[in-house]
Formats: sequence, C-alpha cells, structure tokens
Amino acid sequence: METATQTPSTSTQAEKSPISASSSGEKAIVDIKDLNFSYDRKKDTLRDISFPMYEKEVTAYIGPSGCGKSTLLRCLNRMNDLIPSAGVTKGSIHIMDQDIYAPEVDVIELRKQVGMVFQKSNPFPRSIYDNIAYGLRVAGITATDELDRIVEESLRGAALWEEVKDRLQDNATGLSGGQQQRLCIARTIAVKPKIILMDEPCSALDPIATAKVEDLINQLKADFTIVIVTHNMQQATRVSDRTAFFYLGELIEFDNTTKLFTSPSKTQTEDYISGRFG
Amino acid sequence: MNETADSKHPFTIPDRKQFKKDLTKKAVVMFFTYFIVVFFAIIFADIVKKGFPVVFPGFSEKGAPLFDAEFFTKMPGTLVAYEDENGVSHRKDIAEFRDFTESNPDAVIRKEHRYSYSGGGILGPLVGTILLVVICIVVALIIGIASAIYLSEYSSQGPLMRLVRLAMLNLAGVPSIVYGLFGLGFFCYAFPIFTTEVADRSIFYFQLPGTSTFFSLQGFGTSMTAGGLTLAAMILPVIITACEESLKAVPMGFREASLALGATKWETIRKAVLPYALPGMLTASVLGITRVAGETAPIMFTAAAAHKDQLPWQNLNGGIAAIPEFFTQSVQALPYHIYTVAARIPQSEYTKPMQYGSVFVFMFAVMLLAALSIYLRVRARKALKW
Repeated sequence: METATQTPSTSTQAEKSPISASSSGEKAIVDIKDLNFSYDRKKDTLRDISFPMYEKEVTAYIGPSGCGKSTLLRCLNRMNDLIPSAGVTKGSIHIMDQDIYAPEVDVIELRKQVGMVFQKSNPFPRSIYDNIAYGLRVAGITATDELDRIVEESLRGAALWEEVKDRLQDNATGLSGGQQQRLCIARTIAVKPKIILMDEPCSALDPIATAKVEDLINQLKADFTIVIVTHNMQQATRVSDRTAFFYLGELIEFDNTTKLFTSPSKTQTEDYISGRFG
Repeated sequence: MNETADSKHPFTIPDRKQFKKDLTKKAVVMFFTYFIVVFFAIIFADIVKKGFPVVFPGFSEKGAPLFDAEFFTKMPGTLVAYEDENGVSHRKDIAEFRDFTESNPDAVIRKEHRYSYSGGGILGPLVGTILLVVICIVVALIIGIASAIYLSEYSSQGPLMRLVRLAMLNLAGVPSIVYGLFGLGFFCYAFPIFTTEVADRSIFYFQLPGTSTFFSLQGFGTSMTAGGLTLAAMILPVIITACEESLKAVPMGFREASLALGATKWETIRKAVLPYALPGMLTASVLGITRVAGETAPIMFTAAAAHKDQLPWQNLNGGIAAIPEFFTQSVQALPYHIYTVAARIPQSEYTKPMQYGSVFVFMFAVMLLAALSIYLRVRARKALKW
C-alpha cells in the first residue's frame, strides 16, 4: 500500500487557510492535512486539502462535477485503493488520531469504522435480511438470534422496518429506489461504523424518497458522524452542519453551513451558490 | 418551382428501374441469409428421416417395438446378414447368430455377410462420451474459473496480461487435430504421475524414498483421462473467456458495497461476485459440453477405442485400488464411433441404421444440452436482476 509522506502539521498557513469554522473545543474525528491525491501519479486531482470533520456532525461536500468531492470522500475509507495507479501523493488523513495511510493500518478494519453509501443503490440481489446480515456475517457473527436482533435494529434505524418487516426474505431488488437506498444505509449502520460516507445518496431518488433519506440523516446524526457529497446545494443546507466547497481539486471554503450559504468569504463560493457557474 | 406536366413531385419514385434494382439486391442478400435455414433443414430432415426409425422402429415397421431400448443398452458389435433356405434375409448380432447356429445346426445359411460395428447398440460410445465430457468439464471449470477470477478481479493491465490474452486467443485458434497430437505427446506419454509400475515409455522416473511408489514422466497412456484433459485444454480458452465475461457482468457496486462493509477481497469475490456470476458460468460450460462432446480429432489418438467388449466399470478388481485402473482405460466415444461406422468400414445398406441411429441420438443429445443452457440462462436472468 502507498504510504503518505508524513508532513508536520504546522499552522503557519493560517491566513490563507480556507477554514474559518470555529472548532470551539470540539474534537475532530477526521483531520485532513495538506492532502494531494492523484489517479495517475502525474497530475494531482486534489491539491492541498486541509480541514477537519467533527464527531456526530453532518459535513457536506459541494462543488461542480469534477471538483474532486467524491474523490476525497473515497480517500476517507481508502476505496480509491481499488484503482491500481491512484494514491495519496502528499499530506495525511487522520481518523480517530490514526493516519489511515500509514503502513500499519488494516484497510478492512478501517472500512468497518468508516462505512459508505453509494450514489447508485447497490443491494445484493438476495433477501432483505441477507443484505443487512452480509456485513455481520463477514465480521463473524453467525448466531441467528443476534443477527435477527441487529437486522431489526438496523432496519428500524434506517426507518425501513415498518415497510419491510413482513417480507424480510423477499429479494431486495424488488424494493423501490428510495427503499433500496435506505436498505443500503441500514446495511451500513448494521456494522456500527463511527463514520458514514454518503456519495450523492439521493441523486437518483424522487423528492419524497429524498425527503425520507434526509430525515434519516438528521436522525443518524445522533449516533454517527456523517459526510455527504451532494450536487444539490439546498440539500446541503437542509442536512449539514458544516459545508466544504470544492472547485477544481481545491478546497475553496469550509465553514458552518449557515455561514457559508449566507455570507461566504470567497467570491468563488458566492458565485457557485448563487448559480453564476457550475 | 414551376410544375410542368412531365416533372414529378419530389416525393414520388423518380426512376422505377432504380427502385427495382434495389429490390433485387435485397432479394439476393435475403436469399443467402435463408440459405442457413436450408442447410439446417436438409441435415435435420435427412438425419431424422433415416435415424428416427432406428431408435423408434415401431412407427414404420409393424410388430417392431415402439422404442428400441436395445440400441441404448447394447455394446456395438458385428452384424451378420444372411438368407435362409427360402431366400428371406435376416439380420442378427454376432452373439445371437452364434446361438442360433449352435441351436439349429441344420439351418441353411446363404449369402452370409458380416459388418463390423454395425450391430448391437451404442451403450459403450454413449458412456464413454459422458465420461470424457465429465472429466473435461470438471478440469476445465476448475482451471477456467480460477483463471477468470484472477484475470477479472486481481490482475492489472500490463504487458504480461496482454501476453496471456494473446496466448488465449491463439489457443482458441489451434486446430483440433493439433490438440489431439499434443494430447498424445503430453497427456498420454509424458505427463508426470505417481505409479507403482514404471512403463517402458517413461521419459524420466525415480523411486520415492521409503515407498514402492515411483514418480514418472510416463503419462496416462491412451485413456479417458488423457482424452478428457486434451478436451479440457482445447475448451479452456472458451471457458475462461466466458467465465471472465460472467464475472465482469457483475456490477462493480456489489464489490464496492462488500468492501465498504469490511469484507476482504477474497470474501468479496466469494460472497458478492461469484454467486452472481455462477449462472453465466454454468451456461457457458453447458455450451462447452456440447462442443467437446462432438470433437473427434482430439480424442482419436488420446482416448478412443473403436472396439470394446465391456463398459469401463466392468471387470475391475474392486475397491479404491481400481480407481487408477478405471481412469486409465481407453473408452469408446460417440463421435469416434460415428467416424468408424461411416468411414472405416465398407459401406452397405446394412451399416446405415447404425450410422444414422448414432447421429440421430447424438444430435438430439446435443440439442437437449443447448436447450438446457438456454433454460438456465433465462432462469438466471429472472432470479438475478439488478
């Protein structure tokens, strides 16, 4: 695995830092420092990204297509490892005070702590129950009563239990798009991660299904740290506590969501959120 | 635009001749397209017409059994044709004929003719073909699925992978007779095996210290194992390609979801990829079976015997000790049997029933397998929608 070069975390770049969100003594569960990421080791897709994410908050990544927001999200659970030539070329990501690109990190264990919900809902074409139990069985839980308990708990947690409790053995592909996406969320929370990454989870859903998923995100905030990539700026204002705006592989601004959308400090941010480009 | 009397509307056909020429061209290409149906119809009609009465004699011959079970339960044997004192012609298997002459020593036998392989049934070839195909498909699937998993899930693009793909492409183009000769040289005469008796043909051997077992490069001899392995080598490129396609058809999302839930790469392959690729792999392997079942060239040097009195499991001194002996026997095989009765013995009206009967049974078996693969595919598509 590619090891990121450890750069000492200096605060000398304070005035040019895009971060102005007050941490107010909260603990950063994810801390990105001077991160560069490249798909082909020639051109950096992400450049000099530095900002924290806080525990039990929703952080939204916004920006036009190709700005690197999904790429950064996939760095957080090292999903980018699947692409052979891709890797972090500079800087570091600390999650729970551990550099996740350090050689001693077990990617499998990292991903158990940093779950992911994808843009396209991707339930396995097997029963609803088996979908939820997948991660648990992989983790070595085989006792039926325990599986039953966690499956119910997760489905309740994803606000899906009432809709599917009578057909747990039905094929998950028979569910509607919104239900499938909530099933994927249930599947993710079943393994009890600390952080849930969501990559445009509502982009294929109708407004009603979207509202349900957004409500769910607000509920999940109590137990999980959530990072959500979205194309929809209104969605970011509805669900997130803090927002990071990316443009052309750079972090332009990171702030409290309300502040970023009402009084952005950068003109690019203002131009984007007011719809002048993007 | 000023319309004169002979000028036409722009939408009307300007030139009838041109229009007709186009139609003629359409007819020509259509004619060649339907040729394939004609070919199929001719082959099919001929085989059914002459083969069907052999298997189901009751439909055309009065008093004969509706279904000739003996065709499937007897080994191929010599057919004896003769006329009795009244000039009535008879046909008997060699064994029946011997019994008949022994019990009726005074019977008048005129114009006696013997036709090898034309009597009896096709039990031996049928069993032999099934054994060859089973050995072939088991070996080909193990190697094929393993290679496909590596190619699809692990390997990255590079010069080495291009070499592997080039090799596969070329292997698929090697003539089957070349595979036959390769099988003869490699699987029959040189394949490394462990044995208690070293054959004369062994290239190299040594005794394993402290045992009576030898490691010997002597191959399996002319045997169903050598034949099955040769067929497997021949079908491998097809199986690997088909298995790889099945794996690639499984959405990337399944792999990502599985990995994101904390599964290892292998757990992901085993639980989130293979189960959904298996129906496609099975369909491909059934189609593979139909192909290898019909191959003659790869088995004629490596496995096939024209004449066998016994089925492979008969006359074995039982127990586990007999297993190597079982797998190193030569077998009869349907395509080779057809080749023998159709091309290696003098032809006459008496050899025809065996020829057409064998081809008829063979063709229907293959068609049934093809239908099975279509059925499997349709069922898998219904069960696995994503």
